[in-house]
Amino acid sequence: MNVAVYMDDVREGELVNASEAGPAPKRVVVGFGFWIFLLSDIVMFSALFASYAVLAKATAGGPTGAQLFNQLNVAMETAFLLLSSYTCGLMSLAVNSRRHLATYFGAAVTFLLGAAFLTLELREFQDMIAMGATPQRSAFLSAFFTLVGCHGLHVTIGLIWLVLMMVQLAMRGFRPVVERRMLCFSLFWHALDIIWVLIFTVVYLMGVVR
Amino acid sequence: MTETRWDVAPGDRPAIPAAEQETSSGFLVYTIGLLLAVALTATSFWVTNTSLIWAPGVTAGLSVLAIAQMGVHLVFFLHITTGPDSTNNILALAFGVLIVLLIVAGSIVIMANLNENMMAPAELMNLRMQH
Repeated sequence: MNVAVYMDDVREGELVNASEAGPAPKRVVVGFGFWIFLLSDIVMFSALFASYAVLAKATAGGPTGAQLFNQLNVAMETAFLLLSSYTCGLMSLAVNSRRHLATYFGAAVTFLLGAAFLTLELREFQDMIAMGATPQRSAFLSAFFTLVGCHGLHVTIGLIWLVLMMVQLAMRGFRPVVERRMLCFSLFWHALDIIWVLIFTVVYLMGVVR
Repeated sequence: MTETRWDVAPGDRPAIPAAEQETSSGFLVYTIGLLLAVALTATSFWVTNTSLIWAPGVTAGLSVLAIAQMGVHLVFFLHITTGPDSTNNILALAFGVLIVLLIVAGSIVIMANLNENMMAPAELMNLRMQH
């Protein structure tokens, strides 16, 4: 099948070395540079994960994760973010084949799903703070709000970025520079989903199990 | 006969021979990725809530599922492959994973050790944890 071929495909012929091939196309350079940024961003998240893992049991007599976390809410957040990652992938297909309408539609769905995720997360934070589970309450809650809040901040930035990209696309069309930025955006959005996989496993599910 | 080629940008699908190209294959890759991710996520939630699994094993199971799902995302959504035109991306990723493992595992080991060695009498310990 096509996908199997694509996955196992050992592309014949060797890559010529850089001195013969000359500089790589700008799309490759930009994509790789953004990939490095994403990896450093993930390293930053790993520090937040490490501090959360160390402090997860230091509840100072306050509410624990098992009391605070609502699994249905987490499942819905996960579904929204996963689906928005999927529609973002479909949007990047539309960008590659330069279909305007499909791109706008994909962007709109991606934005709505991301916004739904963010709404649920903010409501969860609000409920927790209303219950007195503020970041000041315990080391566990400080670490929780830092980690999950930092991810939420990234999602917010991604949503703003997506709107800006749609404005650029409307004003400038499918220029190479716009296409490169769309590539970076889709990388960013997929990376956020990967981090969320870790968050819902380490923070929410393991927090409920304990 | 080597044509001029470079590594692909991360997120771009590797060049497929023209004979195998069809318009829907990208859509198919994303859809398979989505289905796999949904299955793994659902399994994670099931593992958390079931009583069928030996309780201390649940954490290990969740870790395995999370790592598998991250792999699915990398392969199907970010199109990171082991092909020769993805070497730079893979090397950068491997270095990132190394640093992440060092930070996370190092912090946890050091702090667990510290906790063990600084273990105070029970009532004092309790005081420390509460304030």
